[in-house]
Amino acid sequence: MSVETTNRPGTEPAVAEVGRGMRFTNWAAGYVDERFKLSGWIRDYGRKIFPDHWSFMLGEVALYSLIVVLLSGTFLTFFFQASMVHVTYEGSYVPLKDIGMSAAMASTLDISFDVRGGLLVRQIHHWAALLFVASIGLHMLRVFFTGAFRKPRELNWLLGFTLFVLAMAEGFTGYSLPDDLLSGNGLRIIDGMVKGIPIVGTWISYLLFGGEFPGTTVVGVFYSLHILLLPAILVAIVGIHVIMVFVNKHTQYAGPGRTNDNVVGVPVMPVFAAKAGGFFFIVFGVIVLVAANVTINPIWNYGPYDPSPVSAGTQPDWYIGFADGMLRLIPPGWEIVLFGYTLSLNILVPTLILVTFLALVALYPFFEAWVTGDKRHHNIADRPRNAPMRTAIGAAGVTFYAVMWAAASSDLMATHFKLSIEGVIHALQFLLIFGPIIAFFVARRICIALQKKDREIALHGFESGRIVRMPGGEYVEVHQPLSDYERWRLVSYEDYKPLMVRPDKHGRISPIQRFRAGISRLFFEDRIAPVTKTELEQSTHH
Amino acid sequence: MADHGSSPGNAVERRDIPVDAPGTAVVTTDAIENPGFPPYRPRVSDVDPKKERANERRVAWFFWASIVGSVFAIVAYFAFPIVAEDPGSVRLNNAFLGLGIALALFGIGFGAVHWSRTIMEGHDLVEDRNAGHPPEEKYAKRAGAGEVFTLGNKESGFTRRKLIRNSLIGALVVSPLPAVVLFRGLAPDEDPVPLLKHTMWREGMRLARDPDGTPIRASDVTIGSVFQVIPEALNDLEHDKLEQKAKAAVLLMRLKPEDLKVSPGREDWNYDGIVAYSKICTHVGCPVALYEQQTHHLLCPCHQSEFDIKEEAKVIFGPAARPLPQLPITIDDEGYLIARSDFTEPVGPSFWERSL
Repeated sequence: MSVETTNRPGTEPAVAEVGRGMRFTNWAAGYVDERFKLSGWIRDYGRKIFPDHWSFMLGEVALYSLIVVLLSGTFLTFFFQASMVHVTYEGSYVPLKDIGMSAAMASTLDISFDVRGGLLVRQIHHWAALLFVASIGLHMLRVFFTGAFRKPRELNWLLGFTLFVLAMAEGFTGYSLPDDLLSGNGLRIIDGMVKGIPIVGTWISYLLFGGEFPGTTVVGVFYSLHILLLPAILVAIVGIHVIMVFVNKHTQYAGPGRTNDNVVGVPVMPVFAAKAGGFFFIVFGVIVLVAANVTINPIWNYGPYDPSPVSAGTQPDWYIGFADGMLRLIPPGWEIVLFGYTLSLNILVPTLILVTFLALVALYPFFEAWVTGDKRHHNIADRPRNAPMRTAIGAAGVTFYAVMWAAASSDLMATHFKLSIEGVIHALQFLLIFGPIIAFFVARRICIALQKKDREIALHGFESGRIVRMPGGEYVEVHQPLSDYERWRLVSYEDYKPLMVRPDKHGRISPIQRFRAGISRLFFEDRIAPVTKTELEQSTHH
Repeated sequence: MADHGSSPGNAVERRDIPVDAPGTAVVTTDAIENPGFPPYRPRVSDVDPKKERANERRVAWFFWASIVGSVFAIVAYFAFPIVAEDPGSVRLNNAFLGLGIALALFGIGFGAVHWSRTIMEGHDLVEDRNAGHPPEEKYAKRAGAGEVFTLGNKESGFTRRKLIRNSLIGALVVSPLPAVVLFRGLAPDEDPVPLLKHTMWREGMRLARDPDGTPIRASDVTIGSVFQVIPEALNDLEHDKLEQKAKAAVLLMRLKPEDLKVSPGREDWNYDGIVAYSKICTHVGCPVALYEQQTHHLLCPCHQSEFDIKEEAKVIFGPAARPLPQLPITIDDEGYLIARSDFTEPVGPSFWERSL
């Protein structure tokens, strides 16, 4: 597959001019290369091409906000005391003066009120963490809806998924560290959920809290997880994730000149480095600007943890919302006692639903590959409309998540819109089951309709809005034909047919084959084939 | 791609390179052909040297602004110190320090991006995905790697000597177990189950206000009122105060005695319409803090379980499965409310051994 690229310069090596200013650089480069042997690597990858599209920015935002989280978190460790030793607060914040609390809470207050810039860094850390999880989520949606998880990138999808889970774990452990009223309530909920685990739940809770809840060790345990174990795993996986993007080269969207076998874009040195490097500073700048102006997690308003008080509208940070919401959607009375042992179905069922949902997200690439049987490399990202079934499944998944997420604010929705809590929950329970089904069919129909429109435009051009009266009195609208470049975007996509079941060499059709054929029919029965050359010729001749 | 590396008649070079199957994808010969790259559209700075110089100056301005921002942040650090007991000073320190740092970062960021977009070479470049890695090489490499494993297997007898192999796998599987066991040390040696089944309430212990610990007279509790209650002895505890409070917190309410539905065996658990229920939700343990006077419903603010106090805290809505445990109460000879005993069932969220 060779492509005509004459009207663009190729990747001819740029020859650096050796001026006087370069002499030191050359000497230094030579010195390093004699010892580290890096020049081959730079020769091979220094001009590596990165395709450009706004949606590729989401993963970058995730990476950069992670760097900001690491930087700001490191600063916080210099001042934070991960201890639940009981102290009396003596700092500058008057309303809490002389109140007993843990050293963790007191040192967090000191960071906020007695360390200059401490509040800023704390807020940078929290905002950057929120941005980290949010951008991972959006990045995953982008990868999902454009099919960028297909071979050879399925395993990288799994790594990315693991990062999403780790990011939530990091968020939750970090949220718990200040030992304020809200974080303590979050831990209380985790304790209740852990105790719901059959057989080992009581003991896991006992080990986690170093005795009975709340105990005096959980902040220390979570601190180890939050600043050592989880970040080590997270950073290692991020490293592999990014290296895999490097190795497999980035996907690109279909466009004139772009093929499955090339990469079109800007070279690392200098354009991508400047753009991406600059973008890191912009992301950092936005986070700092928000942190300088918008308060987040004002623990001084909540006070230290106490098992008795709690305020209405209690909510976790937004990314844990879907789990909290799922807990709220269970109807009353789901608990059974079997042979004297208590099974908390009101905890187990939602947990199982969450785990299954996440497992489906993680495994979808393998499912789709099994349905299509396609073993080729896919380096061209799909437009979502050109994979109606995938887009519909994604829309159903998003809806399911959104309903769980909304349920975490059921009480706030009720108070803000003057509804009854029961009514909100019942509506959400209904939507949890039927919302995804509706979203599925609506998304699928929209995709197919858009494909039909694309096909129409590819064949007959745009509607120009210009009405012409023919000599016979007939009115027609003049269509503006597309250029070859414009048309290419509309006609270059993968097309699949439903699987035909055929007997194997023993003359049998296995049930698995039948099942796969059924799924395949569901996927590809309604399909809009891309416009072919013959069709295009016919349409231009009549 | 199918005919890579094979030429008929040359047996040495002949190697079957598998072609990735397209599955159910439609592979058509009638597809519209890729039209190739459209012509490059030059930017203003490509054609107008004046604009190019203007952009150059603009980039430099961004970088200068960044330096200003950094200096401003350092100045703000000293110019806006935190004054003890003045929350306003924290706000100023936070805002100006943050603005300075944000300016410093934005200057670098926008400068670099502007440079790359308007001044640096604007052409898209093309790179062959498989450049330097032809499929032949991929399969040759794979064959080489396979050979290494085959040799390794042959020389060690890894698959042939099953006894060694299986015992090694066994040893590797068992070896991390001691590390897991070491984590047992996180919790005390005591069995947690009895701890979960008891609270510090005892016969005769006075009900006291949370948090100051002053005892409550029955006459203080008017109809419709609600008290956040702790055991009177709680504040005297030295070290496990929060653990005990997390189990013993109680809500005290007074209803008209005729409004209360009392089941057999609980007739003397309330005192003249005053009832005490555990404040710890039976769902996942949040404090059930919201009392609705009119309906006598308790609402848990975490997951919206509702309990009906008229019907012995029965669950009427939400994910909780069991009623809130009731604390049997009466009064002592001075008129203070006291517990008749501990709770008669474990409080808080369910656990595996709860009913044993």
